[in-house]
Amino acid sequence: MTTVAAPITVAPTAPPIIRQAGWAVTDSLVMAKRNLLVWSRVPAYIVFTIVQPVMFVLMFRYVFGGAIHVPVKGGYVSYLMPGIIGQTGAFASMGTAISLAQEVQKGAIDRFRSMPIARSAVLAGRLIADVVRMLITIVIVVGIGYAVGFRFQNGVGGAVCMVLLATGFGLAVCCISAFTGLAIRDEESAQAFGLIWLFPLTFVSSAFVPIQTMPSWLQVFARNQPITLIINAMRSFALGGPVAHALWTSLASIAGVLIFFLPLAVRAYRRTS
Amino acid sequence: MGGNGTGQSILVEGLEKRFGDVHALRGIDFAVPRGSVLGLLGPNGAGKTTAVRILTTLLTPDGGRAVVEGFDVVRDAAAVRRLLGLAGQSAAIQEELTGRENLEIIGRLYHLGRAEAGRRADELLERFDLAPAAHRPAKTYSGGMQRRLDLAASLVAHPAVLFLDEPTTGLDPRGRSGMWEVIRELVAQGTTLLLTTQYLEEADELADQIVVIDQGAVIAAGTSEQLKSKVGGDVVEFTVPDASRLGDAVAAVAGLTDGDPFTDQETGKVSVSIGDRGSEALIEVVRRLDAAAVEIAGLSLRRPSLDDVFLALTGHAAEESAATPGPPRRRGRRARQEAGA
Ligand SMILES: Nc1ncnc2c1ncn2[C@@H]1O[C@H](COP(=O)(O)OP(=O)(O)O)[C@@H](O)[C@H]1O
Ligand SMILES: [Mg+2]
Repeated sequence: MTTVAAPITVAPTAPPIIRQAGWAVTDSLVMAKRNLLVWSRVPAYIVFTIVQPVMFVLMFRYVFGGAIHVPVKGGYVSYLMPGIIGQTGAFASMGTAISLAQEVQKGAIDRFRSMPIARSAVLAGRLIADVVRMLITIVIVVGIGYAVGFRFQNGVGGAVCMVLLATGFGLAVCCISAFTGLAIRDEESAQAFGLIWLFPLTFVSSAFVPIQTMPSWLQVFARNQPITLIINAMRSFALGGPVAHALWTSLASIAGVLIFFLPLAVRAYRRTS
Repeated sequence: MGGNGTGQSILVEGLEKRFGDVHALRGIDFAVPRGSVLGLLGPNGAGKTTAVRILTTLLTPDGGRAVVEGFDVVRDAAAVRRLLGLAGQSAAIQEELTGRENLEIIGRLYHLGRAEAGRRADELLERFDLAPAAHRPAKTYSGGMQRRLDLAASLVAHPAVLFLDEPTTGLDPRGRSGMWEVIRELVAQGTTLLLTTQYLEEADELADQIVVIDQGAVIAAGTSEQLKSKVGGDVVEFTVPDASRLGDAVAAVAGLTDGDPFTDQETGKVSVSIGDRGSEALIEVVRRLDAAAVEIAGLSLRRPSLDDVFLALTGHAAEESAATPGPPRRRGRRARQEAGA
């Protein structure tokens, strides 16, 4: 404690590359754990990620459901659940934008950037945490669905594939959201911006109502937009039926979003100073 | 230790930074010897944070260079990051997490390992008087406690060079003196420290060397003593409680020096610069006021303060544009209240 020279315990030389790659993984996991811990401490976040999707299930099942007729075995609740789960994946992304915007504003990201941690860790940790959060919500929503009459009709394999597809889709939307959150840097604006494109895109799709019930000019858009493709594929996984076309097109659109927005998000992160 | 044998821990040469039209740094130079404390002093908007952000690898300069422990902050940014600690103006701690969780996570990010990160967290909490609050969410902490936690977080990996950007801005006097005490202890252990501040008193208290910057340029540098000597000698100061006699008092002492005495009409305070004539001049002041039958209070002989220095160097007070009132200003307000009572 009485040393006069500056104590240096951190090696100033660069550690070997293998070591650094390992750290990139552990750094991301530490960041993810931190984000989940924060999430579990804020009641508003929990309400947003759990109560809101549950309310959607109940509202559509009991309020709108009676008016919506679908040619699906098991009735509207069977049709609805894949749609709600897809929407859950998309809306989980709002948290991504809001949290990142907050962290830029508070200077937390600056602090991390001044530390010798993997450059990818902040973004990766955020996305990992948000995917975990999304899976928790999906499990709860499926549970509620079972309570109100929903049943998977295509075996466990189909159910798992549906959840995986929803998660991949959610991750892609989180990447878009990470980019907008880092670019906008203002919590409220990031949230408002998320709503502006997510709401029309999820509602003008096959998520809640069959597309044939929409006016014909809207059908052209609704039928071909990625959320419809993804939800159709999820529905086929959950209920059975031909899956190939919808699956390939939705995987392609997820890959397209990731290829385009992940680099944009990384660039926006680098430019947060 | 680094590739630098000169004994300078931080070296800044001709550093420039523009943000669009704003010329935030106009080519500043300074050096910080290893194990010493540099106070970067300047009003709001002077460019202090910009300089710190360049030195901590968060911003790329537009011109000049900066070297920390022999490593260029642009070319060897990764090496610089392994050596520095940074605590800023806004505490970057996670408010929902407890003090201990905050420090533990930082430790994990420095690859200390789970057990070691926990041990280091406890050690720092103890050292910064935060142990009793270790398991409370940081949002329940006072401003001073949050700043201490933030400072603790910057020390987790035993940094060789520490950057503190306005560590006491916004703290009450108690929080501020607590922070000073902690910083003094750190410095006693040999950490090189670059501290920015708007408070002249703070630089005077903590820094070995002071660099004064204003509008992105260095306007003075030296020890606190050297800066003070620039204003020219000692000051005799007294207060005239009876406002109607202020004019008589000024007239009585006017012939004493070349310059005019400085008077504050509101508080009735008169300061007379007396060069190096010391107590002899003090006695002369008393004699003259006595002869003029002016009653005075609080007569003192003092070295010029850094406030006087800033006024002399820039023509404006250091804190006139500051958002948060600092100690000198607070003093002024109190004085006015007393005068009005
Ligand atoms: N990111 C930025 N974009 C535009 N202008 C900036 C930015 N950061 C700082 N400035 C400007 O640069 C000048 C110096 O700012 P700063 O270094 O924060 O001063 P200080 O920390 O001394 O108060 C100010 O005029 C400020 O408005
Ligand atoms: Mg500043």
